[in-house]
Amino acid sequence: MQRHLISAADLTRDDAVLILDTAEEMARVADRPIKKLPTLRGRTVVNLFFEDSTRTRISFEAAEKRLSADVINFSAKGSSVSKGESLKDTAQTLEAMGVDAVVIRHGASGAPYRLANSGWIDAAVINAGDGTHQHPTQALLDAFTMRRRLVGRDAGLGHDLAGKRITIVGDVLHSRVARSNVDLLHTLGADVTLVAPPTLLPVGVGSWPCEISYDLDGVLPKSDAVMMLRVQRERMNAAFFPTEREYSRRYGLDADRMARMPEHAIVMHPGPMVRGMEITAEVADSGRCTAVEQVANGVSIRMAVLYLLLGGAVFDSRNAPAHPQTRIEEK
Amino acid sequence: MDTQHSDARPVLEGPDIARVLTRIAHEIVERAKGADDVVLLGIPTRGVFLARRLAVKLEQITGRTIPVGSLDITMYRDDLRLGPPRALARTEIPGDGLDGRLVVLVDDVLFSGRTIRAALDALNDLGRPRAVQLAVLVDRGHRELPIRADYVGKNLPTSLRETVKVQLTEEDGRDTVLLGVKQTVAGAQQ
Repeated sequence: MQRHLISAADLTRDDAVLILDTAEEMARVADRPIKKLPTLRGRTVVNLFFEDSTRTRISFEAAEKRLSADVINFSAKGSSVSKGESLKDTAQTLEAMGVDAVVIRHGASGAPYRLANSGWIDAAVINAGDGTHQHPTQALLDAFTMRRRLVGRDAGLGHDLAGKRITIVGDVLHSRVARSNVDLLHTLGADVTLVAPPTLLPVGVGSWPCEISYDLDGVLPKSDAVMMLRVQRERMNAAFFPTEREYSRRYGLDADRMARMPEHAIVMHPGPMVRGMEITAEVADSGRCTAVEQVANGVSIRMAVLYLLLGGAVFDSRNAPAHPQTRIEEK
Repeated sequence: MDTQHSDARPVLEGPDIARVLTRIAHEIVERAKGADDVVLLGIPTRGVFLARRLAVKLEQITGRTIPVGSLDITMYRDDLRLGPPRALARTEIPGDGLDGRLVVLVDDVLFSGRTIRAALDALNDLGRPRAVQLAVLVDRGHRELPIRADYVGKNLPTSLRETVKVQLTEEDGRDTVLLGVKQTVAGAQQ
C-alpha cells in the first residue's frame, strides 16, 4: 500500500484484494453490541469537504469514529475558504494542528494529488472525490458489493472479480465513480462495458481498459452487474441529449429491462438516485438493487482503508514495505 | 523467519501434544465442574486449531457440544504502530454469545502476555463473560504483564535468545514444538 489513496488506478490487485478482505472483517464489527475498535486512538483525521456530500462524509465519519480516531469536520461553507483562503494555507493550518490524515473532497480534479505531493503536509491523504477525476473508496465499496453478491461473502475472501461482466450505464463524462470503477474493476480482472449516449462519453475513452456500447438492451443479458449513474445536471453546461424522456427511454433501467438481465445479476447505484430518470422506482425498490447495501458497505471499506493507511507505523513512501506482514509467528 | 529454525530441536512431538491437550481438557472439566457453560475462544492462527481440538476432546468427555470461536486481537495490539499494518484474522463468536459464560482463551505460546492483554480488551467489547481463563500449549516465561495461564501444556524455561515455534498439522503439515536460537538478538518480540 502507498501512503495515500488518490486514485483507484494506483492500487495493485493484491492491494485491492487486501482492502476488500480487511473490509470483510470490519463489516463484522457492525454486528457487535459495541461497534467500536480502539485501533486509531489518538490519531486525528480531518474531513475536508470543499464540495457538498451527505453519504460520503457521513460514511467516512462513521468509519473514523468506529476506529476511535478523533474527527474534525471541515466544510468550505462558513470556513475561511469562503473568505479566500487557498488550499495551501488550509493545508498548512491543518499541518500545524498535527493532523494524521486528511479525507478530501474537492470540485477540482487533482486537488488531492496536489495536497499529497506538494510537501505542504505530512498527513496521509484520502481522496473522497475530486471533480470528474476519481473517487477510489466508492469504486472499492462497489467492488466489495459485487464480490459479496456475485462470488460470496466467505467464498470471496482472497479472490478478485475475474471474469465478471460489469456494465456501467449513464453519464460517464462527468462521473468520477465511472473512472474509478473502470480502473479498479480492470485491476480485479472484471470485464467492463460502458453504455452511454456518445455525447456523455469523454474524449479518449477508447484508451480505457473497457468496452463501449450504445445499445443497453444488447448488453443487459450479458451482465452480472449493472451500475446506473446519475445524470449530473449540476455539471452540465451544454445540451448532451435532446430531452430527459428520450434519455430515460434509451438509457434508463425499468422493470422490463431488468427482466432481461440474468437471474443472478444485480443493479447498483452509487447514489443519489434520480427516480424516473436513470432508474424507475420499481427497480430501485426491488431486491436486486444494492443501493442501500452499498452505503452500509461504504463504512466497512472506509474503515479498512483508514486502518491500512493509518493503523501501522508511518513510513516514508519510498521505503514503505509493499505488503503488510501477517502475524509474527515467532513467540 | 524459517531460517532461524534451521538448528531448532523439537521439545514436543505429535503424540505429546495430543496427550497434553487431553490433560488440559480433563482439567477444564474438573475446574469448571462439568464444563456446562464453557466457550472456547482460540487466538488466530494456531490458537484456533488448538481450541477446536480441545473442543473435540471436551465433547468426548462431557458428551455435549462445546461452542468454539476465534478472537482476533490485531486491532487491540499495543504495538500496531511499531510495524506496517497487519492483515486481520477472523473473529467468530459462537451463536449464544459470551454473556454469563466461562470463556477459555486458547493460544499456542504464552510469552510477554501482551497478546492476552489485548484479548481481554477485545473480550470487553464483545460481552460480559462470567469468568475468563487461559489455556496455552507452551508457557515460555518472560512475562511483561501480570498475566498467568490457568492451563499449561508445557512449561518451557527459555532465554530471550531462544525462539519457540509451534507447528500444527492444520497450518504447517505436522505437529511439533520447536526450540531454536535466534540468529540476531533483536530484542523480545511478542
